[in-house]
Amino acid sequence: MYISHLWEWQCLCCCINLVPLSPPSLPPSLPPSGIIAKELSSLEQEIQELRASGTTLSSEPEFEMADIMYFCRRGMESIVDDEVTKRFSAQELESWNLLTRSNYNARHISLRLSVLWGLGLFIRYGFLLPLRVTLAASGIGLLVVLTTIVGFLPSGWTYLSEKIHLMSYRICVRSLTAIITYHNSENKPKNGGICVANHTTPIDVIILANDGCYSMVGQIHGGLIGVVQRAMVKSSPHIWFERSEVKDRHLVAKRLSNHVADKTKHPILIFPEGTCINNTSVMMFKKGSFEIGCTVYPVAIKYDPRFGDAFWNSSKFGMVNYLLRMMSSWAVVCSVWYLPPMSREEGEDAVQFANRVKAAIATQGGLVDLLWDGGLKRGKVKNTFKEEQQKLYSKVLVGDQEDQGEDRPQEAEEEEGDQNEDRPLEDYTPRPLEDYTLRLLEHCSLRLQGEEEERGSETPMRVGVPLLPGY
Amino acid sequence: MGSTNSTLSRIPNVEELMQETGFTPAHIVRLYDRFEALDKEKTGHLRPQDFGAINRLAMNPIGDRIIGSFFSTGQETVDFHSFVRILAHFRPADKNRPKDPSMPQPVNSRTSKLKFAFQLYDQDKDGKISRAELLQVLRSMLEMQVTEEQLESIADRTIQEADLDKDDAISFEEFRKSLEKVNIDHKMSIRFLR
Repeated sequence: MYISHLWEWQCLCCCINLVPLSPPSLPPSLPPSGIIAKELSSLEQEIQELRASGTTLSSEPEFEMADIMYFCRRGMESIVDDEVTKRFSAQELESWNLLTRSNYNARHISLRLSVLWGLGLFIRYGFLLPLRVTLAASGIGLLVVLTTIVGFLPSGWTYLSEKIHLMSYRICVRSLTAIITYHNSENKPKNGGICVANHTTPIDVIILANDGCYSMVGQIHGGLIGVVQRAMVKSSPHIWFERSEVKDRHLVAKRLSNHVADKTKHPILIFPEGTCINNTSVMMFKKGSFEIGCTVYPVAIKYDPRFGDAFWNSSKFGMVNYLLRMMSSWAVVCSVWYLPPMSREEGEDAVQFANRVKAAIATQGGLVDLLWDGGLKRGKVKNTFKEEQQKLYSKVLVGDQEDQGEDRPQEAEEEEGDQNEDRPLEDYTPRPLEDYTLRLLEHCSLRLQGEEEERGSETPMRVGVPLLPGY
Repeated sequence: MGSTNSTLSRIPNVEELMQETGFTPAHIVRLYDRFEALDKEKTGHLRPQDFGAINRLAMNPIGDRIIGSFFSTGQETVDFHSFVRILAHFRPADKNRPKDPSMPQPVNSRTSKLKFAFQLYDQDKDGKISRAELLQVLRSMLEMQVTEEQLESIADRTIQEADLDKDDAISFEEFRKSLEKVNIDHKMSIRFLR
């Protein structure tokens, strides 16, 4: 096993003349912001600019025909590239890593590069791929056989079962040539807790399970995966749900809490985003796992995209195709940071706790912390956001209403919990942008989660709040 | 997945498209990937609902109009070529283009951009922005934030200022004149990073 590993290292080193292969120990800087240059000026600034070049001389802002251009351009920009949708496709690299799949600007640069690419292709497909497939097959085979055998032994043999699991995962990790650096192992998840991590690919499971024993949660499948699942559960308590049970939230929560209450069982591994995101950002965490009320061990996983893109775009590739791609990339290089355990504090509800954990993971991994829901991969957004835009624009146009003493129709804000009747005027003095933006984002995240009617403590939205960054 | 060449070869008449719109091959590939990402059902065409999935666009007060501008009258779907042609309006203007009045205006010239903006107002395409059309735009941009009287007074004031031949509507020439000092190229351009 070590010999094969060494061989692969030799090949990688002589073929790729990239920077040192050791993964970075500090979180990497944020990735470039997209394929188009977005102006970061706000709506107010842009409208002022339009005014300055426009024909009106009066100091009071008025409607200009050109104002529509601002909205038009923003709309077109979002059609070409937007913050959320692009998280569901692979991250682009600044320099080419000799994999055709990451190359958008394929131009013939030089003969040398093409030769190098050809050589890389031969090595990857002719040598590395067969080796890896063999390893993977043996790893999975061993897992199934050995766990079934251990299942027949009396239940005192948990030590053996752990060893078997660890060994099989290590073989699988080798089969992907995953070079993993674990940081802060003193914070490794302990029994009776829940481990949460950001989700990029199904391989995340193998990466984490390589270093410790976890109980997996998931739906039971048919086919090969089902066989593996059933074998695994014979020797160690994983939580597999039938398809019908998945819909029943209470049942799920109950099983999870029962598992957690038993201190001899391994920590549960959960990915609260619910879907695979492309490893440049962390999307909204679903609150279900944070309601159980036990210690949460956050883990941040960051893949180095130079060696192969680990993101699983489930709409583009099936699982087998994805695994083949993974095995024919150079390697899977990643860093795993174990963060200190967190628990829900007094007066904090599940959503706030989830956001706190998410922010910690995003900071550690150098990912963008987004408040949008991963479910937007397949769904839509709500109508109230349009009204926020309109509010802002009208504020610019018609001026500060307090000065004119009119009572604005903004009291038609029934949707945001009518607690803002008798605000004194000083509440409307401008506050730092971050403050507003944070509150708006918080407000938006509350809205995005759907079934929140029972929540009575929703913070009311204030008038004249600037919008999401980028507008 | 795949190199630029293989993606380009999947697009029919791509040479003509690049010629017409001035996009580079890399841009076309990027736009094609974006088109495919939006076209979730892989029909090769986009419908208004597919644009609706973009949340930033759904938030935009004139989002519906922008979506509508992609579909010519009577058409319910837009294919990749039309998609690119519309987006080509937003390419930054080529500074070095010789000003030859006999040649047709490229799609990203100042005049074309102005025409595009004009059409956002002029939904019935009669060549004039009537008071009613102006009111509609104002209503979508301001909705419940101002009263109906305020909207009407804004509309009246705007028409008064811009309407030179006093026909109570704004023609394209009047529109152009009222925007002559605005840096259209800056306001209506999207810069691709690579």
